[in-house]
Amino acid sequence: MAVPDVELHQDLRSAVGELCRRFPDNYWRDLDRKEAYPDEFVQTLTEAGYLAALIPEQYGGSGLGITEAAIILEEVNRSGGNSAACHAQMYIMGTLLRHGSEAQKRAYLPRIASGELRLQAFGVTEPTTGTDTTQLQTMAVRNGDLYVVNGQKVWISRAEYSDLMLLIARTTPREEVAKKTDGLSVFLVDLRTAVGNGVTIRPLRAMMNHATTEVFFDNLEVPAENRIGEEGRGFRYLLDGLNAERILIAAECVGDGRWFIERAVKYANERVVFNRPIGKNQGVQFPIARAHVNVEAADLMRARAAELFDGGQPCGAEANMAKLLAADASWEAANVALQTFGGFGFAEDYDIERKFRETRLYQVAPISTNLILSYIAEHVLGLPRSF
Amino acid sequence: MKTAVCIKQVVTRDWPLRPAESATWVRDDDASFEMNEPDAYALEEALRLKERHGGEVVVCSAGPARISQVIREALARGADRAIHVESDALSAAGADAVAAALAAAMQDESFDLVLTGLQSDDQGFGQTGVVLAERLGLPHATIIMEVDIAADGAGLRVKRELESGWFQWVAMPLPALLTIQSGINQLRYATLRGIMAAKRKEIRTVPLDGVASQGQRILELYVPEKTSATRFIDGSAPEAARELVRLLREEARVL
Ligand SMILES: Cc1cc2nc3c(=O)[nH]c(=O)nc-3n(C[C@H](O)[C@H](O)[C@H](O)COP(=O)(O)OP(=O)(O)OC[C@H]3O[C@@H](n4cnc5c(N)ncnc54)[C@H](O)[C@@H]3O)c2cc1C
Repeated sequence: MAVPDVELHQDLRSAVGELCRRFPDNYWRDLDRKEAYPDEFVQTLTEAGYLAALIPEQYGGSGLGITEAAIILEEVNRSGGNSAACHAQMYIMGTLLRHGSEAQKRAYLPRIASGELRLQAFGVTEPTTGTDTTQLQTMAVRNGDLYVVNGQKVWISRAEYSDLMLLIARTTPREEVAKKTDGLSVFLVDLRTAVGNGVTIRPLRAMMNHATTEVFFDNLEVPAENRIGEEGRGFRYLLDGLNAERILIAAECVGDGRWFIERAVKYANERVVFNRPIGKNQGVQFPIARAHVNVEAADLMRARAAELFDGGQPCGAEANMAKLLAADASWEAANVALQTFGGFGFAEDYDIERKFRETRLYQVAPISTNLILSYIAEHVLGLPRSF
Repeated sequence: MKTAVCIKQVVTRDWPLRPAESATWVRDDDASFEMNEPDAYALEEALRLKERHGGEVVVCSAGPARISQVIREALARGADRAIHVESDALSAAGADAVAAALAAAMQDESFDLVLTGLQSDDQGFGQTGVVLAERLGLPHATIIMEVDIAADGAGLRVKRELESGWFQWVAMPLPALLTIQSGINQLRYATLRGIMAAKRKEIRTVPLDGVASQGQRILELYVPEKTSATRFIDGSAPEAARELVRLLREEARVL
């Protein structure tokens, strides 16, 4: 297994931290109020090449591992920002990279690396089937050189700020395949031409500023050459991109957790009530200390998962455990920070409530806690399949 | 044009400062560090001059092994190579010791232009640049806001910041040394490509020649005592306001 490049990691942390300092709390707070997309931040991060960390050098990226990508996203969240605005630009291309044809890779990857093309929307979830992905209803029917797509997706984030969308749809009806995981295929949809020609995007107002949307497909024509990999194997392609996503989301949670703890410690040291800093009370300091312990423990699992991933080893269990532990730890830290700040934690100006809303998502998306537990129970521990 | 930029590593701004046991410096064994801010502007200026006039930008730093972090950062931003005078004796060293160490390592490079930050964020002596100029036998100008190199490359005009919003243009020959004021340009970010490229750039480590100069020493470092006296200002509102402004300016020195 490769020796971790400690210097590179230190350099990445300090460079990304430096970049993020130019987008301070009030930058994110204002966007949150306006439910606006962090264009300038995303543009800056893109131009500086960080979102192309995982793209191989031959296609214009930096060819780094998931360990380095995780550091980048962790630092964004640790600075008080929100990687969710752009993290998908880093990893959605993985499906294209692993399963696309050489022609597709040459056509898209260099332009994704430069940021000329944004591929940061992933259409999986549907309103009626939710987590039960194999039951999804969106159909893509082959018609000569085209597929004709009909259906609906929900919670599709960043679709309005993406040039391309990775779409998973059924190409063979459920009744005609032996296994429910068969018959799904993955497509690259060019939203620049599709919107208004078979695709309608409708923003969804959500608890936090997440640029998430509903997407409707009404006889959308997708050229057959935009299918990635073989027809019918889309579900497998989806699955093998998940470990990377789990590890990166875990890193964002660790970043959030560290941010909450840093803020809570500072406030507990400064806020004086009953003639003493509130942090002098063990009732205040113990929850912060415990949250810190849990964030650091989650980070170790994240590091382990990343190490296995970069070493080309199986890491499904570790990636899932890292996501669960980190999401729990960031949520605990969020709660602790809110409690430590007392009433001021609810004031927008302290940013605790904003980050609190933002980090809560990771209990549910991209995969909910229960689904991770059922994965661990069934696939790691050998307990009976529950659904 | 061959430009040197001298870069110092300092404790990060938000690090909680506590005097070390020696009482001559702060406790920094577990601190996090960053590039001295005025030096970052000096580096940016050197990179911009290189973009306009070509040549090479060489980072010159003196200090213990840990300063390689800021050296790499400078290379990631676009400097071409670096010289690191490495010695533990130079951690928290004064301007005189640092200038002597740098001068010895820079002597044979015959730089056309040497840039330093105006001062360091930690010690704030503002002396390293000028002492270095003396040791290298170069003319110098301080508190530089703008650098204009003559088309023929023979000399330069520089804009100095004076007090009360005044500026001064000075013409000088090359080679020369300039100490750069913070904020004179817009700093660039280190890109991921830059970080990767920096790994292949040369950092020449040279030992400190002899012992660190003791020409200047910090005798004692202490946290000023906090007092909380309240003073009432009598008189009519305009008089009291005038007096308040005077006190804030002259005694509290916050204006
Ligand atoms: C802000 C936001 C952004 C999102 N972005 C995207 C995106 O870009 N692309 C995309 O495709 N999707 C996206 N999603 C969707 C997200 O992945 C889903 O919300 C998530 O997978 C859960 O699906 P669901 O909401 O339909 O919940 P459901 O599947 O209806 O589940 C509801 C609850 O029941 C639990 N549950 C369901 N089945 C079981 C079971 N068998 N055992 C135990 N518990 C169970 C779940 O854990 C969950 O807590 C986003 C969601 C949000 C909120």
